[in-house]
Amino acid sequence: MSDEKDKLTIVMFSGNLDHALAGFTLATTAASMGMDVSMFFTYWGLNIIKKNEGKIRSRGLMKKLLNLMNRGGSKRLKLSRFNMFGLGTWMMKKLMKDANVPSLDEMIAMAQEMGVKLVPCSTTCGVMGLSEKDAFRENIASLAGAAFFLNEARESKVTLFI
Amino acid sequence: MKADKSLDCVGLYCPMPIVKTSEKIKELKPGEVLEVIADDKGIKQDMPAWCQATGHEFLGVDEADGEIKVYVKKTHQ
Repeated sequence: MSDEKDKLTIVMFSGNLDHALAGFTLATTAASMGMDVSMFFTYWGLNIIKKNEGKIRSRGLMKKLLNLMNRGGSKRLKLSRFNMFGLGTWMMKKLMKDANVPSLDEMIAMAQEMGVKLVPCSTTCGVMGLSEKDAFRENIASLAGAAFFLNEARESKVTLFI
Repeated sequence: MKADKSLDCVGLYCPMPIVKTSEKIKELKPGEVLEVIADDKGIKQDMPAWCQATGHEFLGVDEADGEIKVYVKKTHQ
């Protein structure tokens, strides 16, 4: 094993529950393997790291509407298939609980404890009216742009787009 | 095989056995052996891979009645 740590960088583009679970499974495993992990959240992926409680404040009617309809938060995400007005998602959560698999919210907290960096994309935050201080769960890294991601990816052994 | 510490991961799926192993290994001294007991078959592939990535030594698998025991020797802090 070399002294330089291996790195994993993931773009989290999707806001679907199943995609988010896959991303955080890989992130926590990589961290257990001694890798440095950065996750870069953009577009619907931002919903994964939005806070679960309270209002998300934004300025302007369209942004307010968008954040009302696209509220996000790890506990509100839906499956990409078989959501069936929430029934499918409820069933999958129940199956996961019965199998002793951690919930997405627990996986995110675990990843953060293991030092996984969660980075919101500055452009999509700006476009969608999400403020760094108000919209997200605690201990999120500073907003950053494409150059930051590409520089991380350039140094990474593994790069994924989910 | 004799182990210095044991970790029970029965009933847990990927990634939990590996995540818990990476935590538990901190309690061992270099040279000591950790036994991980699991029933998710993935552990037989995952633990050697984890050892390859972290530099710890994979000692082997014992399997009986659906219970899988894997052994890891801690090689460094």
